[in-house]
Amino acid sequence: MTSARTPLLCMRGMSKSFGAVRANQDVDLVLYAGDVLGLLGENGAGKTTLMNMLFGTYAPDSGAIEIEGRPVTISSSADALALGVGMVHQHFHLVPRLTVLDNLMIGRPGNRGRLDRSGARQKLEEIGDRFGLRLDPDEPVSALAIGEQQRLEIVKALFRDARMLILDEPTAVLTPQEADFLFDALRAMAGDGLGIIFISHKLYEVKAITNRAMIMRRGKVTATVDDIGSVSERELGELMCGHEIVPPQKAPSEPGKVLLRLKEVTTAPGAEASGGAPLREVSLEVRAGEVLGIAGVSGNGQLEVAELIAGVRRQTAGELNVTGEIVIYPSPRAIQDLRVGRIPEDRLGTGLISSLPMADSMILPRVHAAPFSRYGVLDRARIQDFVEGQVERFDIKCAAIDVRTGTLSGGNLQKVLLARELAFDPLVVLAAQPTRGLDVGAAQFVHERFLEVRAAGGAILLISEDLEELFLLSDRIAVMYEGRVMDTLAIEEATVRRVGMLMAGASSEDAA
Amino acid sequence: MIRLRLETRSHTPGWLKLVLPLLAILATLLICAGLVAMAGADVLAAYSKLLLSAVSSRFNFVETLVKAAPIAFTGLAVAVAFRAKFWNIGAEGQLLAGAMAAAFIGGRAALPGWSLVPLMLLCGMAAGAAWALLPALLKTRYRVDDVVTTLLLNFIMFYLMMALVDGPWKDPLSGYPDSPDIRVAAEFPILLGGTRLHLGVLLAFVAAPLVWFLMRRTTLGFNIRAVGENATAARYAGIRIPVVITGTAALSGALAGLAGVGEVGGIHFQVMAGLSPGYGYTGIVIATLALLNPLGVLPAAFFFAVIITGAESMSRATGVPVFLADVFQGVALISMLIAILFTQYRVRVQR
Repeated sequence: MTSARTPLLCMRGMSKSFGAVRANQDVDLVLYAGDVLGLLGENGAGKTTLMNMLFGTYAPDSGAIEIEGRPVTISSSADALALGVGMVHQHFHLVPRLTVLDNLMIGRPGNRGRLDRSGARQKLEEIGDRFGLRLDPDEPVSALAIGEQQRLEIVKALFRDARMLILDEPTAVLTPQEADFLFDALRAMAGDGLGIIFISHKLYEVKAITNRAMIMRRGKVTATVDDIGSVSERELGELMCGHEIVPPQKAPSEPGKVLLRLKEVTTAPGAEASGGAPLREVSLEVRAGEVLGIAGVSGNGQLEVAELIAGVRRQTAGELNVTGEIVIYPSPRAIQDLRVGRIPEDRLGTGLISSLPMADSMILPRVHAAPFSRYGVLDRARIQDFVEGQVERFDIKCAAIDVRTGTLSGGNLQKVLLARELAFDPLVVLAAQPTRGLDVGAAQFVHERFLEVRAAGGAILLISEDLEELFLLSDRIAVMYEGRVMDTLAIEEATVRRVGMLMAGASSEDAA
Repeated sequence: MIRLRLETRSHTPGWLKLVLPLLAILATLLICAGLVAMAGADVLAAYSKLLLSAVSSRFNFVETLVKAAPIAFTGLAVAVAFRAKFWNIGAEGQLLAGAMAAAFIGGRAALPGWSLVPLMLLCGMAAGAAWALLPALLKTRYRVDDVVTTLLLNFIMFYLMMALVDGPWKDPLSGYPDSPDIRVAAEFPILLGGTRLHLGVLLAFVAAPLVWFLMRRTTLGFNIRAVGENATAARYAGIRIPVVITGTAALSGALAGLAGVGEVGGIHFQVMAGLSPGYGYTGIVIATLALLNPLGVLPAAFFFAVIITGAESMSRATGVPVFLADVFQGVALISMLIAILFTQYRVRVQR
C-alpha cells in the first residue's frame, strides 16, 4: 500500500468563500507519487477553486498545503511551478507564432541572460522518449493540432520538472483516439512516479484512467473512492449528483419536411487569426421532428455553420434555406423572423450580457417589438410578467430577475438562453455546445427541452464535441473535418470508432 | 508577509454607488490640501472659501447654477456616449459647434424675432450632432479610434472658430477677435430678475430627467447599454451596432451643442476664444463621478460649479491660484476612476 509513504501533496482543511458562496469548505486532498487521482464533481462543485488555490490563483481563507511533508505557501503560479506543481488548463497558454522549443523557453531563467537552446532540445527529446510525448521542436505552435498543443502544455510542465500535474477537463478538445493517446501518456507518467490530478465530470474517463477518485459536491468532499475498480460508472454518477440518473427517453423519430437546408455552402476565411476552418461546399438537411448532430474536433467548421445559421456570417457561395425561404443575406434579425431559436456556443460572450440584469438578457433579441415595447418605450410590466413566467417554467435559480446576468451559474445561464430562444415556438433550433460545462442535472434539463421541441415537430441542429450527447439525442450525425462534411450517418449505423475516424479526417469508405 | 490582492465581487451593493463618488471627492480634497499648503495658504481657510462661497449669498448661489448649466449638458453628453462605449472626448468641439450655430442664427436680421431662440436651440443641437457624427462614421465604417478623432476634432473646431472671428466673422464694432453680438430678441429670457439665471439653466435641469428616461425606459437606451456592455451579444441578438453608435453620437453631440447654445444665448451673446474654459473636458469628469447616471450628472455638475466659482473667491482671499480648480478636476477624475475599481473588485488582505 502507498499510505505508509509521505504523500507528494497534502491539502488540509482548505476553505474559500466568495461573498456568501462557500466555494470550498474544509476540503482535504492527498496525492501520492504514482497516483492518478480523479477529481469528480458537477460544475460549481468547487473543483476548480480547489485547484486554483493549489496553483496560487486564489488565496485560501483557511487551510494548509504540504508538499512532500513540508508546509508551503503558494501565492502565485511561479511559486507553484517552483514547487513542482504543473497545471494544464482548458484554455492553452501558448504563443502561436513561436516554435515548440521557444514556447518551452518562455519564463525560464536563462544562464546569465543566455538561453540554453541545445540543452532544452535534449530535454525535450528525453521527455518525448520517456512518456511517448513526441513533438517537433522547430514546428510553430500555430501549425500544431489541438491534441499536439495540449501535449506541449503537458511537456511544458514536465520541462519545469513538475512532480505533480493537474489536468482540467483535458479531453474536452480531443477526438476519442487522441484521448486514448493522452491516457497512455498519463499512465507512463504515473508509472514514473508523478502524481496526477485528473479533473472531469465524464464518468467513463474517470473510470478508465484513474486509480482513486474524490467526489465533490457544493464545495465539500462527499466521497472518496480508494479503488476505482470497486465502483461502477453508475455509482460514481450517483455519488456526483447526489441522486439517481435516468437518461431521457427518446421516442422514435418521424421526420417531416425539411426545415433547414444548407446546399454547397462555402464561406470566406474568418478575419480573426484564431478562427476555425472556412466552410467548403457544406450540404446539410434537418427535417421537422429530427435532431441532426454535428460532430467534429473543435475548429473544423462547426462554429462557422453555427454562425451562418445564426445570421452573423455570410456565405460566399451556396444556398441557405430556412423553413422554405432562401436567405440570401443572413442577418440575426432575418433569421429570428423565420422562427429560428439560437443557442450560441459562448453563452456569456455571444448570448447574454454579463453586466446587465438577467431580465434584460432574456429579452435582448425581442426588445424592439411588442409585447416588450411600444413606440420605442419599454413596457416594464409586460417584461417582468414574461421573465417571471419563464423563470418559473425553466426553473431558473436567481435571487431576483434583475440580478446581474453574470452572477448566475453556468446551468442557469443556459436556462436563461433556452427560456429566451424557445419562448416563441421556434421551428428550427440551433444549439452549439449546449451542455458544455454544465452539471449532469442541468445537461439533462437541456436535453429534455430539445426532445420536447423535437416531439412538437421542430428541427434541431445540435453541434457538440461531446460524443455521448450526440449519440444520445441525434437521429443522424454529420461529421465535419476541415470545413467539410465528411459523411452523415444514421444513428443506427454510427459507432464511436467510425465517428472518431471521420473526425480525424478519414474518408467515409475508410471509416466504414 | 502581508499582501493585498484584488478579487472580483459577485455583486455591487447599491450604497457603494453613492459612497464612492463622495470618497473620491474626499481623497481629492486631501491630495489638493498639499498643493494649497505649498501655495502658502491656510488649508482650512482656503477650503472654506472654495466650498462655501458658492452658497454664501443668493447671488453666488444663482451664479453657481449658471456655471453648472453648460457642464451639466456636457456631462450628459459624455454619460450617454460612454454608455455605448463611444468614447466621446469631443464634447468641447461639439459645444463650440453648437455655440457658433447659435451665434450665427441669433445674428440673422432676416428672421422674425420670435423664431430666433427655438432656431438657435435646434440648429445648435444639429451642429453639435453633426460634429459628433464625423468620428462616429469613421469608427463604424473604418474602425478609426474614436478617442483620437473626437479629441483632435476639438482643436479643429476651436481654430476654425478663431479663424472665422479673426477674419470674415469679426465683429466690426468692437474690432476684437469675436463674433458680432446676437440680436436682443435672440437673448435667452431671464428667469430671475437681476441675475443671469437664463433659459439654458432650466433646460439643463429638464434635460437630465429626459435623458434618464431615454436611457432607462426606451428601446434606444436599452440598445445603447447592450452595445456598450457587450457588442458581440448585441449583434447576435439582432441589434444593428452602427445604427446605435451613430444615434448615440448624434444624441451626445446634440447635448454638448446645447451647452454652447446656452453660453451664447444666456451669457456671452457672441463667440470668442474664452467661450468655453474646457467645459467639454469637465463633462468627462462629471459623467465619471456620476457613474454615467444622467440624474447623477446634476449634483456632480453643481459640485464642480461650486469648485469653479469658489476657486475665484479662494484666490482673492488667500492667494491660492485659481488654477487649483483645474488640478482639482484632474485629481477628482483619477480618484473616481480608482474608486470605480471597487465596484468590480474588493481588496483582500492575505497573510
